[in-house]
Amino acid sequence: MSHAEPVVVAPGPAPAPAGAPLDPPSPQRGATGRLVRSELRLVFGRRRNQVLLAGLAMVPLLIGLMIWLTQDTSTRGEGPGFIGRVSQNGLFLVVAALFLCLPFLLPLTVGIASGDSLAGEANAGTLRYLLVVPVARARLLAVKALGALAFVAAAVLAIAVVGLIVGAALFGVHDIALISGGSVPIGNSVLRVAGIVLYVGVSMTGLVAVGLFFSTLTEVPIGAMAATVVTAVVSAVLDTLPALASIHPYLLTHHWLDFAEFLRIAPDSHVLWTGVGVQAAWVAVFGALAWSRFTTADVSS
Amino acid sequence: MTGLPTGVRGSAPGTPPEGSSVPGAAAPGTGTSAARTTTTATAIRPAAEPAVGGTSAIRTSGLTKRFRSGQVAVDHLDLEVPRGAVFGFLGPNGSGKTTTIRMLLGLVRPTSGQAWLLGEPMPDAAAGVLPRVGALVEGPAFQPYLSGRANLHRLEAVDATADPRTAADRIDAALDRVGLTAAGSKKYRQYSLGMKQRLGLAAAMLRPRELLLLDEPTNGLDPQGTREVRHLIRELSAAGTTVLVSSHLLAEIEQVCTHVGIMSRGRLVLSGARSELTDSRTTRATVTTTATDAPAAARVLTGLGLSDVSVTGDRVDGLLGEVPPDRVSAALVGADVPLLGLDVRRPSLEQVFVELTGEGFDVAR
Repeated sequence: MSHAEPVVVAPGPAPAPAGAPLDPPSPQRGATGRLVRSELRLVFGRRRNQVLLAGLAMVPLLIGLMIWLTQDTSTRGEGPGFIGRVSQNGLFLVVAALFLCLPFLLPLTVGIASGDSLAGEANAGTLRYLLVVPVARARLLAVKALGALAFVAAAVLAIAVVGLIVGAALFGVHDIALISGGSVPIGNSVLRVAGIVLYVGVSMTGLVAVGLFFSTLTEVPIGAMAATVVTAVVSAVLDTLPALASIHPYLLTHHWLDFAEFLRIAPDSHVLWTGVGVQAAWVAVFGALAWSRFTTADVSS
Repeated sequence: MTGLPTGVRGSAPGTPPEGSSVPGAAAPGTGTSAARTTTTATAIRPAAEPAVGGTSAIRTSGLTKRFRSGQVAVDHLDLEVPRGAVFGFLGPNGSGKTTTIRMLLGLVRPTSGQAWLLGEPMPDAAAGVLPRVGALVEGPAFQPYLSGRANLHRLEAVDATADPRTAADRIDAALDRVGLTAAGSKKYRQYSLGMKQRLGLAAAMLRPRELLLLDEPTNGLDPQGTREVRHLIRELSAAGTTVLVSSHLLAEIEQVCTHVGIMSRGRLVLSGARSELTDSRTTRATVTTTATDAPAAARVLTGLGLSDVSVTGDRVDGLLGEVPPDRVSAALVGADVPLLGLDVRRPSLEQVFVELTGEGFDVAR
C-alpha cells in the first residue's frame, strides 16, 4: 500500500479537495482475533450447523442405547468392527461411533462446512461486501478454512464426548482389551482413545481443503458440498479396486481407518505419520489450488 | 433519515462542492460541438491531465472488461469524477455500469486499462483505499439469519482498520441515519426490499468516507424512500463526500447530480457537468403565432439559424442551437410576425440521451 505523498507539483494553487482526506487507515490491534471470532460466531451461530452437530452427537447415544437394550438378547456381541466390544467397555463406544461416522456422516459434515464457506457467501452476495470492506482475499480464505476446520473439529469432538459420557454411563470405563491381545490400564486407555479422536480429526483436513477449493469455484453452495462428499465416496470406492493398488496409498481416504493402530500394544508411529503425511499433501495441493483460484477470480456474484 | 450527519467526518464547513467550478468550463464550445457528430465520449476534461491517478476521486483510463463469453461489458472507458462531485452514472440496464463499479472496487479484474480511486491504483492499493470508500454494489446483501445490527457488526469485525471501541456507536448512528433504529434487531430475512436497501446504505456509511459508490440505491424504494436517498446524497455531498450514484432511472437522481456520465453498450457516450450537458445544444424553442403567420415565422427561425424547424398548426418549433432565445423574439417582432407565445425548454437528460444514442433509455441490450 503506497500512500501518495503530498507532492508539490506546479506553481499555482493546488485544488483543495472538498472532503478533507481522512487519516490513512492502519490496522487496529486485535484485528485478526475479531475476524476469527466473527467467523466462528457465524459458523456456530447458524441453526443448520447446530442441528448438524446435535445430529452427530445423537449417533453414539443411539448406538449405546441400542447395544444396552440388546445386550441380554441372542444378538449380543454381534455387529461390525468395534461394536461388539462396546458392551464390555464404554470407551469403545467412542471408537465405534467414529468408525460408523467415517464413511459418510463425517465427510458430509466436512462437505457442508467447507463447501459452504465461500460459495455460501457468494450465493448470498455477501462475498462482494466482505471484499470491499476490505479484507484481503488470502486472509478471508484463511479465516474461512479456519472456520470449517473448527466446525469439523467440533463435530468429531461432539461424537467423542457424547460417546464417552454415554459409554461410561451405560457400560463403565475399563482397561482396554487390545486387538493384538492383552490390555492396557485405564489411564493409558483414555489416552489411546484421545489419540484416535485426534487422528480422525486430522484425517478430515485433506477433505476440508478439497471442499474449500470447490467452494471457490462456484456460487452454488450445495454444488460444492455435494462435490466434496462425492470426492470422499469416490476415493473410498477406488480404494477397493485391486487394479488401482499402486495409487491406494495416496488416496484421501486410504489411511482413515489406520486409527486402529492406537489399539495395538505398540502403535506403529510410522503408519500413523504416513496417514498424517498424506492428509498434509492433500491440504497443500488443494489449499494452493483454492488460494490461486480465489485470489485471482472475478467476483461477479 | 433525518438524523444528524454524525457518520461524516472531514466536513470542511463552507467548502463548496467542486461541481460549481468544473475544469474545462472555460471552453464549453469545444465539448459541445464534438458531441453532435460523434457518440463516443465527450467528456469535458481538465486542460492539463493531472499526474497519474491525479486529484480525481475516480479516474479510469481505457478500462475494458471482456467476459469469457466474449461479451464486452465495458469498452475503453475513460471516466473522471472530480472530488466533491455528485456524479450520476446513468445508462440502461446492461450498459456496463455495475461492471465498471466492480472493477473500480477491485472485485473484477479489467481485461485492459487502469483505474484509480482517490488517486491510488486499484486493485493494488485496495487495502489503503477501500476503508475510505463506501459502496453499495448491485443491491444489498447480508446474512439472512442475522439481524440488521448483527450484520453491521459482522462487517465491522471484518474491517481490520476500524476502531472496535467506537463500533457500537457508529453502527447505531448508521442505523439511525437510514431510519432503521427500530428494526435493527429484526432478522434481515424479514426485511422488506426497502429496508434491505436502507441497511445497505447504512453499511456504506459505517465509517467516515471520502467516496461513496452507490449502485442503484433507489431500487425497491417507494417515492418517499427515493426522496430520502436524494436528501441523504445531498447531505453527504455538502459534508464533502464525493458520491457516484448509478441508476437506470434518470429522473430519480438527475436533480441531485453535479456531474453526469451516460453509458450505453459499455461506452461512455456523454460525460461532464450537468449544467453544460443540458445546455443550449438541445434546447427547443416553440413559437405560438397565428396559423396564417406560421410559415413566415418558420422562415424567420430558419433564417436565425435554428435547425429542425417544423410547423404544427399555429405553433412553430425548432432547435435553438447556439442562438440566444431573446434574439428569436426580437427577430419575429422585427419581421412583423405576431408573437403570441414563446416557450423555451431545456431538455431533460433523458432527451439528451435519446438524442445521442437514438434509443429509449429503459431499453436493455
